[in-house]
Amino acid sequence: MAKPRIIVVGGGLSGLMSALKAAEKGADVSIFSVVPVRRSHSVCAQGGINAALNTKGEGDSVEAHTYDTVYGGDFLAHQSVVKKMCVAAPGLIYMFDRMGVMFNRTKEGLLDLRLFGGVKKRRTCFSGATTGQQLMYALDEQIRRHEAAGAVRKFENFEFASLMIDGEGVCRGITATDKDTMETRAFAADAVIMCTGGFNHVYGTCTNSTHCTGYAATEVYKRGAFFANPEFVQFHPTAIPGTDKCRLISEAARGEGGRVWVPRDGKPWYFLEEWYPAYGNTVPRDIAARAIWKVVKEMKLGVDGEDIVYLDLTHLDHEALAERLEGILELYEKFVGDDPRKVPMKVFPAVHYSMGGIWVDGDHRTSMKGLFAAGECDYQYHGANRLGANSLLSAIYSGTVAGPAAVEYAKGLTKTADALPASLLEEEKGRQDDINKKFIGMDGPENPHLLKQELSKWLTDHATIVRFNKNLKELDAKISEIKERFARSKISDTGGFANDEIFFMRTLENQFDLARLIVLGALGREESRGSHYKPETPKRDDEKWLCVTKCEYSPEGPKFDYSEKVEILDIKPVARRYDVAH
Amino acid sequence: MDEIRLKIKRQDGPDELPYWEEFAVPYGPKMNVVMCLQAIQNDPVTVEGLPTTPVVWECSCLEEVCGSCTMIVNGKVRQSCSALVDQLEQPITLEPMTKFPVVRDLRVDRSKMFEALKEAGAWVTVDGYFDLGPGPRMAPADQQKAYHFSRCMVCGCCCEACPQYNSRSPFMGAFVMGQAFMFNTHPIGALEKEKRLDALMGVGGLGDCSNAQNCEKACPKNIPLTEAIARLGWDTTIHMIRKFLR
Ligand SMILES: Cc1cc2nc3c(=O)[nH]c(=O)nc-3n(C[C@H](O)[C@H](O)[C@H](O)COP(=O)(O)OP(=O)(O)OC[C@H]3O[C@@H](n4cnc5c(N)ncnc54)[C@H](O)[C@@H]3O)c2cc1C
Ligand code: SF4
Ligand code: SF4
Ligand code: FES
Repeated sequence: MAKPRIIVVGGGLSGLMSALKAAEKGADVSIFSVVPVRRSHSVCAQGGINAALNTKGEGDSVEAHTYDTVYGGDFLAHQSVVKKMCVAAPGLIYMFDRMGVMFNRTKEGLLDLRLFGGVKKRRTCFSGATTGQQLMYALDEQIRRHEAAGAVRKFENFEFASLMIDGEGVCRGITATDKDTMETRAFAADAVIMCTGGFNHVYGTCTNSTHCTGYAATEVYKRGAFFANPEFVQFHPTAIPGTDKCRLISEAARGEGGRVWVPRDGKPWYFLEEWYPAYGNTVPRDIAARAIWKVVKEMKLGVDGEDIVYLDLTHLDHEALAERLEGILELYEKFVGDDPRKVPMKVFPAVHYSMGGIWVDGDHRTSMKGLFAAGECDYQYHGANRLGANSLLSAIYSGTVAGPAAVEYAKGLTKTADALPASLLEEEKGRQDDINKKFIGMDGPENPHLLKQELSKWLTDHATIVRFNKNLKELDAKISEIKERFARSKISDTGGFANDEIFFMRTLENQFDLARLIVLGALGREESRGSHYKPETPKRDDEKWLCVTKCEYSPEGPKFDYSEKVEILDIKPVARRYDVAH
Repeated sequence: MDEIRLKIKRQDGPDELPYWEEFAVPYGPKMNVVMCLQAIQNDPVTVEGLPTTPVVWECSCLEEVCGSCTMIVNGKVRQSCSALVDQLEQPITLEPMTKFPVVRDLRVDRSKMFEALKEAGAWVTVDGYFDLGPGPRMAPADQQKAYHFSRCMVCGCCCEACPQYNSRSPFMGAFVMGQAFMFNTHPIGALEKEKRLDALMGVGGLGDCSNAQNCEKACPKNIPLTEAIARLGWDTTIHMIRKFLR
């Protein structure tokens, strides 16, 4: 029998891990990525990756890791998958260690650990303050090794355009466009794994890389795969405010002893330490972001009256800072011009992570046969709020599940990729060519770049840390209005070579659907949980809302279904508090 | 200052002739070169008021960790996302790197760099992607040293600055030496040290380096490339003698 043919869309940690595992199981793997895979967004991750290695004599355990993750996610994560991930974590770290990742070491030469948010035990492995980059490079190198041996093929600078779906609704491959030649081609496969990362760029300015647009996840949703929990978007409490990007200052800064404060009555006020004595500066992100919001927006205590609080490292030992946080110190110095060893950093919350995404089951199968999803683009593991250093873990772990599951599925197929009729490939390619032609021909009065800015501004103003129903409704109407104007816009480049504007237009078109998912998901959920906070319904409501927000596409707008209950195993929902220890 | 002046070297495709265009974009505090390019994208008009196409360039992380946005800014090769306007003389000139084929405008094709890493065997050969227990212990000092090399983002600055690196020469580039050195010092990576040394003794390897040390000065991550080159030089010599005696 021919080797199962697997397509992986996305070359971040989840994509490369899926690809390696699928190749290891005997598949013929092709990876598609808009950027050379080594430049994927995962390189931005700074602080570290969680695993209960328990090398600090603190009695850490897989159970504690599972508990913190479920509790931190405000009980919205299915528990058995979280547990499996936490069980696998130490083994995954060891695997990366063998691949040559330069994790920081203890005096004995063991893997060092540091403290992160929402936990009481040191559980975070790290490589300076560039952990994601180091993990990414290890997988990139391994993929290169397989490439040299002919087991994996890479299509870099290729933009995923669409899924190829047969008459029975089964995913049979993709179409993708070469970013240089602009040629769109159809690629047949037995199974496709989406690993296209988060969608935070729909908000415009955020902490993510520019390719985290959500185009691909929205596209598969529009073609029939379910989406889940879109309303849960994480704000990271400490990013450098910016207009092109809000550059992150990792939670590791607080894990290593950094303190958050604002001046009050001429003295520093350490409000997190005062309000949350048990966890202090390392409360989870939703809690810290809301506290900063309250101090700045409601109490009007922002530094110099601006949307700014201090994150202070000046009291910490310089040598330890150099060994453990160098990457973020350099970043702050480079982009702000001040030395964080000498002056407190100026930060504010920014859009950071999408907890929601493509709906998957425990094997990372989507609701569409033949289609799988892994990494930040899926919705699993983090519930209503992700704990720091858990997403590098989930990206990698989900790849180790999705890769083999896709191969297993492909092996069971009676009709394989080789037997697909040429007409299926030609039709889908033709559809995409037509869409591109439509965009090239657009010559109306509106400027699509300004429309994108308008969309992002509205989302950032109304669908963020604090959400009001009235504003959400207004926002939804606004999205439809901007979308209509988009139909009357003009493309600024009509050329047939390396034309990035076409991708921009395609992306924006899908972002209108994505934005509606977020807004209507937020409007529909009549409670507050994790990152989703509505003052009108400020309490968590387990009676009614301990369920997944499942979304199905229809041309009129998303259809929501709340029948999937959250799986509760040993960890019973209790009030989530960080002012006292739990 | 209410506007920023830029002079950009453009080229419509790999086989087209380059030409210059000038732009003025609104000034904002803490602006960087990528933001200027984004402003042009929003409103692609030259200083003469003529409509043109948006400038094409690569970027991704916007915080100098991915290496995408490398170009020549005011004559110096660097990442454009971390090139702050306030620190640059105007008009700011932007040119594509010269050591790689231009795709369009400021976008170049650096796939040659990734191929070189393949030739050098820049990886640790592991038995499989499953749990085989902890890796080798390592002294913190060794880890700190190797960590510097492991931050290489394959951006190409070292290649652009190197007198020996060009489209006609097979020289692999200083970053490859950095990576080979790093893997040769890793406890498991060292098991394939000889293979890597063989590759570096061949065409395009260490023999082509003239020791001008421009590479290290150009590296945005301050990777000690000359040290790697010197050490590998010594290692290849010993490797050669051993091979000869065998
Ligand atoms: C600044 C920052 C710091 C972080 N720090 C940490 C941390 O310390 N610890 C932690 O656990 N997590 C951290 N995170 C989160 C973590 O980095 C991400 O969740 C994780 O890296 C996502 O990996 P991924 O594989 O899902 O996707 P990504 O790494 O985002 O990769 C997505 C891939 O999809 C490709 N792609 C996207 N769209 C298309 C398309 N249309 N066609 C083709 N290809 C496409 C891209 O080219 C890319 O290869 C951080 C995030 C940020 C923003
Ligand atoms: S060694 Fe330095 S300059 Fe060369 S590619 Fe790596 S990071 Fe860039
Ligand atoms: S030492 Fe000189 S010749 Fe050798 S790689 Fe560096 S710049 Fe090039
Ligand atoms: S965009 Fe990543 S280095 Fe500049």
